[in-house]
Amino acid sequence: MTTPMYIDPHAHMISRTTNDYEAMAAAGVVAVIEPAFWIGQPRTYVGTYIDYLSTIVGWERFRAGQFGIRHYCTIGLNSKEANNEELAEQVMEILPRFALKDGVVAIGEIGYDEQTPLEDKYFRAQLELAKELDLPVMIHTPHRDKKRGTSRSMDVVEEHGLPPDKVVVDHNNEETIAETLQRGFWAAFSIYPGSKMGNERMVELLKQYGAERIIVDSACDWGVSDSLAVPKTAKLAAERGIPQEQIHKACYANALAAYGQSGQMSEEDWLNPSPIDQRTLYAGNSILRGGAAPRIEEPVSPAQAEDKLIIR
Amino acid sequence: MTARDLMQGWLQRQLPPEHWQWLEERNAAGAATPEKDLFITLGLIPRKLGKADLDLTADDLAAAERVQPGWSPQGWSVDGTARVLTLLQTVAGRNDFPERFRQLCRTADVAEAIAFYRGLILYPSPEALEPQAAEGVRSNMRAIFEAVAHNNPYPRLYFDESRWNHMVLKALFVDSRLHPIQGLDERANAELAQMLRDYAHERWAAGRPVSPELWRCVGPFAQDEAALADLDQAARSSDPNEQAAAALALSVSPSPLAAERLAAMHELAAQIADGTLTWDVLSARLDAA
Ligand SMILES: [Zn+2]
Repeated sequence: MTTPMYIDPHAHMISRTTNDYEAMAAAGVVAVIEPAFWIGQPRTYVGTYIDYLSTIVGWERFRAGQFGIRHYCTIGLNSKEANNEELAEQVMEILPRFALKDGVVAIGEIGYDEQTPLEDKYFRAQLELAKELDLPVMIHTPHRDKKRGTSRSMDVVEEHGLPPDKVVVDHNNEETIAETLQRGFWAAFSIYPGSKMGNERMVELLKQYGAERIIVDSACDWGVSDSLAVPKTAKLAAERGIPQEQIHKACYANALAAYGQSGQMSEEDWLNPSPIDQRTLYAGNSILRGGAAPRIEEPVSPAQAEDKLIIR
Repeated sequence: MTARDLMQGWLQRQLPPEHWQWLEERNAAGAATPEKDLFITLGLIPRKLGKADLDLTADDLAAAERVQPGWSPQGWSVDGTARVLTLLQTVAGRNDFPERFRQLCRTADVAEAIAFYRGLILYPSPEALEPQAAEGVRSNMRAIFEAVAHNNPYPRLYFDESRWNHMVLKALFVDSRLHPIQGLDERANAELAQMLRDYAHERWAAGRPVSPELWRCVGPFAQDEAALADLDQAARSSDPNEQAAAALALSVSPSPLAAERLAAMHELAAQIADGTLTWDVLSARLDAA
C-alpha cells in the first residue's frame, strides 16, 4: 500500500519542532503552506518584519526540505498588526519585494480581526497588491463576530474585482460554509483544538456538503494545536465512510488547485523534483517512496485509538 | 568582451526572443531603475525565464576564464545568470552598491542568494563586498555556503587568513567538499593545518570518520613528530581513500622522516610517483562514492 499524500495548506512551521516535521512526513504530508502571521508577540519595527519574511521564504523552506516536505508560504500584513499604522505603512512598502520570492503562493493571511478602519484599509491595499501581481489570496476570517466578518471579507474582495476562485477563505465553520461556497470562494477549515474546528465536525460537513472547493488545514502554530490534523482528519473521515476521492480533494487536491494558480506550486515539486532543487532545497521523501504505512498514532484499544484520532 | 557581454550572449542564445526582450526592457533604465522595479524584476525572473541549467560549451567556459580568471559558470542556471546580469545592468556600478548588495542578500530567497554570491567576483570593486561574502559563508544552508566557497575565486582572492581557515574547516563540518574550493593548496597555512589536525582528533575521539580531504591542507605543514603521527593514524585507516590521502599528504611534507614513511606504503608511493594518484583522482573517487 502506498501512503496517501496530504498537503497542509496552513501551518506555521516556524513555531514547530523537527519532531513535527518528522511526524508529518511519516504521516504522508508532502507539502505545507506557511502563511505570514502574527507571531504571538507584536512586532514593533519593520526590520523584525523583514527578518520574519526572510525566514519563511528562506530558512524555514530549507528546514522543511531536510525532512522531505516541500514548503511554500504566503506573504502579507496580518490584521492585528495592521492596527499599528506606523508599522503597517512601512510593511506595505516592503511587501512587493517578498511577494515574488520562490514558493510564495498567495498574499495572506489577510483580513479582519476586530474589523477596525485600519484593518479595512490594509486589507484593501493588499487585495490590490494581489491583483497587481496576479497572486491568489488567503483570507483569515475573524474569531469574533465571525459570520458578519466573513461576509464582509467576501464583499470587499468582490468590490475590488478579484475572482472568487483565486481566493481561499480560511477558518470557516458550520455558520459560514454555505455562504462561502455559494459565492464561489474556496472554503478552508482549520482543524484547531478548542477554538476553530474539530475533525468530527469536519467529517459531518464533508457528509453534508461534499468536498467541492473544501480545504482542510491544521493552522498549527505556537498555541495548543496539532501538526497532524490533516492526516488525522483524513483517517477519521475514511473510518466514517467518506469516499476516498472526497478525502483526496479536501486534504490534498483542492489546496493544490487553489494555490497552484500562483504558478509556484505543482505536484512535480515533490514527485519529480528538479536536480537544482535536490542540490539546494529538498532532500526527497524516502518514506513516501518506500510506501510505508502512515504513522499517525499507535493504536492501543479501539476506543483509545478512536479517542487519539479526535481533535476536540 | 566582458563578463556582462558573455552572460548577455548566453541568455539571448538560450531564451525565446520574447523572454530575452522582457529582461532587456526591465533593465533598460540601467542605474536609474527604481528600487521597487528592481525587486520585482529579480522576483519575476524565474517565473518569466524558467530555472533551466545554463547551456554552455567548452568555448563558453574558456571565454569565461579569459575575461575573469577562476570564474566558472558551469552549473549556473538561467534564472541565476539573469539575476547577476540584472545587478550588473542596474545597481552594480553605483557608489552605494555594497550597501544595496547587503540589503539584497538579506532579503534573498535561497535561489537568489546562491545567484548573488556566485556572481561576487563579477561586480565592480569586489573587495568592498567582503563582509557580505563572509555572511554567506556563515549560512546554515549548505547550498548558500557552497555558492561562496565552491568554484568561486572570491575567497582565494579576498578572504584574509582567518576567514579562509574557518571556511575550509566549516566545509568539513557541514559534510561539504574541499576539492571545489579554489586556491586550496596555494592558501594552505600552518594555522589551518593545526586547526584541521585538532578537528581530526575530535572526530577520532568521538568515533566518527575523518574526511580524507582534510589531510590535503595538513601535508605541507606536517613537520614535527605529532603531525606525522596523525598521518600515520590516517594511513592505518581501513578506508583506502584515507590511506591514499595520508600518502599524498606525506608526499609533500617537508620532513625527511615523511619520505621513509611514504616509501613504506609501496603501492601508493608508486602511484604518486607515476602520477596516477593525485588529489584530483582521489576527489573523483570520493565523488563516485
Ligand atoms: Zn494562521
